[in-house]
Amino acid sequence: MAEKKVGSRREFLGKASALRVKMVILGSSGVGKSSLALRFSKDEFKNSSPTVGCAYLTQVVCLHDVTLRFEIWDTAGQEKYHSVTPLYYRGAHAALVVYDISKRESFVRAQLWLRELEKHYIPGETVVGLVGNKTDLPNIRQVSLQEGQSLAESKGLVFMETSAKSGEQTSELLLNIAHRVNQRTMDKDRDLTEWREAECVELYQGNRPHPLTACCPIGP
Amino acid sequence: MEEEHQDREQPEIVRCSEPQSHCSPDDTDSLKAAATITLDNTSPAEQGCGTEDPPPCKLDALQEISSTNGPSEPEPEPEPEPEPQPQPQPQGPGGEGPLEASSDQGKVGAGEENGPSEPEGPAVEDDQPENASDSASTDNTLEDSSEFVVTVLARGSLEDQGEGPSSELSEASSPAQAPAPSHRDEDVTAESWRRHRKHVFVLSEAGKPIYSRYGNEEALSSTMGVMMALVSFVQSGDNTIRSIYSGEHGTDEHTVVFMQQGPLVLVSVSCSRQSEQQLRSELLYVYNQIVSMLTQASINRIFERKKNYDLRRLLAGSEKILDGLLNLVDSDPSFLLSAVHCLPLASSLRDSLSQILQKAITPNLVFSILIAKNQLLTIVQEKTVIEDARLEPADLHLLLNLIGASSAFQAGEIWTPICLPLFNPDCYFYAYISYLDPPDCTVCLLLLSTDKEAFYAVADCKRKIDEGMRTQNALRAIAKAQSYSASQVGVSDLRHFMYKPFDVPDNHRQLTQFTSPEMEAPYSSEEERTRLLDLYRYMHSRIHSNSRPLKLIYHVAERETLLAWVTSKFELYTCFSPLVTKASAINAITKLLRWIKKEEDRLFIRNPPKYSTTPNPSKSSRGGKGGPDRQDTTDNGFLSLL
Repeated sequence: MAEKKVGSRREFLGKASALRVKMVILGSSGVGKSSLALRFSKDEFKNSSPTVGCAYLTQVVCLHDVTLRFEIWDTAGQEKYHSVTPLYYRGAHAALVVYDISKRESFVRAQLWLRELEKHYIPGETVVGLVGNKTDLPNIRQVSLQEGQSLAESKGLVFMETSAKSGEQTSELLLNIAHRVNQRTMDKDRDLTEWREAECVELYQGNRPHPLTACCPIGP
Repeated sequence: MEEEHQDREQPEIVRCSEPQSHCSPDDTDSLKAAATITLDNTSPAEQGCGTEDPPPCKLDALQEISSTNGPSEPEPEPEPEPEPQPQPQPQGPGGEGPLEASSDQGKVGAGEENGPSEPEGPAVEDDQPENASDSASTDNTLEDSSEFVVTVLARGSLEDQGEGPSSELSEASSPAQAPAPSHRDEDVTAESWRRHRKHVFVLSEAGKPIYSRYGNEEALSSTMGVMMALVSFVQSGDNTIRSIYSGEHGTDEHTVVFMQQGPLVLVSVSCSRQSEQQLRSELLYVYNQIVSMLTQASINRIFERKKNYDLRRLLAGSEKILDGLLNLVDSDPSFLLSAVHCLPLASSLRDSLSQILQKAITPNLVFSILIAKNQLLTIVQEKTVIEDARLEPADLHLLLNLIGASSAFQAGEIWTPICLPLFNPDCYFYAYISYLDPPDCTVCLLLLSTDKEAFYAVADCKRKIDEGMRTQNALRAIAKAQSYSASQVGVSDLRHFMYKPFDVPDNHRQLTQFTSPEMEAPYSSEEERTRLLDLYRYMHSRIHSNSRPLKLIYHVAERETLLAWVTSKFELYTCFSPLVTKASAINAITKLLRWIKKEEDRLFIRNPPKYSTTPNPSKSSRGGKGGPDRQDTTDNGFLSLL
């Protein structure tokens, strides 16, 4: 219903409407995914406890010619939820893979997440960002800037180091992703659905990948 | 590993009964040693042995078990991990760290404390008893802690032997007063750690630590090794260990309760003087909370595949939820009564809230629940599902705890798989959780669906509910809702009460509820509240005693008088000022019951409303226990991670 071709309809979109962008945040436990998500949506920082399942937040980003409504899926890093994570990253326009620059383990894990993502995506479909978080802890850094950069370059990813705690580079990151998503949808003629207040929500586009079979058991 | 040492233990048991006879003469006055072990199917002979058994013998036996356990541990733990560990796994270099440590420790503890009963058994070659005292004081935290259980067992007897409360132990534990910043980082060798009122440990059958309420479970692996040794020692005699009572009356009393649930062993070490039954039901809550996160089927399957699996991998990050549960269990009588506490609300308001929920539905929605201040506002249930199985208070407690324990919910909308263990321990619901009044976050909406894809549809229900609440200005009305004070009842001398009506036959699908006023002066401080709850627990344990259940108790305590009364229609606990007479207390209860009757529409959810959301009637039976859709074992996601 609210589905419209971006290219053709873009000029008609009023200020009240925005294009929906699904963005998923992945990464191992404790790297600051929820803190990043909270920065994105509310520009706040709180010491949060581990996420249960997945948190859903939104933020509207205005670019010069279009307004994007980011639907941010902040996934739990804990292993027990990994089986359900595909539920959240399916059909995402953007994915951020986050690691903690002060924990090498999380960087290793991030590479696994990237590989996992690659399995489910046609390259070029999804904007993938690699994020080294916690730059507020330079003294205990274990992953160098170059390492992150070269990994991102080798895979053609957006790369940024941020601090969700201080807010350093977080809005830049979101803007960067927004531009890329916007660019890609224009290039690829990929549809973004329009989002309108108080209108019934259309879940996914028709061309989403087939639901993964390796999902966790369906409830009773 | 279990099967292996079973055989090996056989000779050990025989040996263990020999030292018993050796020891007994030494401890002639050990009759006073108050360590009682309760087993499952104790024959009279065993019973006698249990009560008179001087603890040194047990230690001796223990030591033998663990010493056979340790070195005979053949599992090099190859860990064929296809996926790298997300969490750093501090695996001991020798593979089975925990049990090895425990074997040493069992020896250390035992060897020191009862010199005479030096092991003639299969001593571990590389473990020198003469080094024992050194190792205890100089070694790392892993070492000392295992004495805890041993100590609990041994103290009684040590004191009898005139050695005082084990000088060795008090030396080893430095008087570290400063409380650790987090219970997780607590020094498990410190006396303060030992003094906690109630410890709870969860371990796997292989003796791997899974959870400890206080202190890092890693540092406690030797303690848990000892616990597992106790469990498997008794098991090898075709018996089940249930509990150990230690300490003399009034001083240093500890109750150790063991519970085995599938591949998990749960242990409660408590000096709260609660009944074994109560402690056991608390352990069951802990187990069920774990099940609510993982499902029973997947826990069982994981351990079927790999006995020494480290379940902490899957529970990482959930410690707070278990911590929160145990704190709630200690402070909230809902758990004791197995009933749900509703926030008192004018019935018209409650009805209109229910209607708002009733209108916002989507296929496969099963429960819509509104919560404020950790109490129930209203609950709407799917008609056909609730015909099959009812929502148990315990499941709701677990949900409430999950919401209370995780501040993360306040950030946005949550969508998470969750299992309701009593409803169906093997399947997941998908829970949508969101606060309706950010940023205050007092009114929480919980929607449970059986469809994992339903997030957007369920989130849309929330918008409808939001709207409904706005148009009726319901949030403001809820904010005004408050619990009541005992003085409102208008009965002098009545300080506090808990009233739990039993299901009446015509609405037996109803959720068990109870009502209770705020705890006010003199129960406004934390300590006083705990004291009152302890008194209630005592009354509860008398009422529900297995051996001698009571219907009515009038208990004159030091600073108050309590009266508990259970009938076919209700269970009631009341607390009066100490000057009340028996006659006036009875009179007061009559008045109280009349008052509750008058107020019951406000105090309870009288008729939980229902809705119908299952488009396909055949699907409705899915919720039922043992229904045809009982989780197929093939597609459990967790296993893909192993």
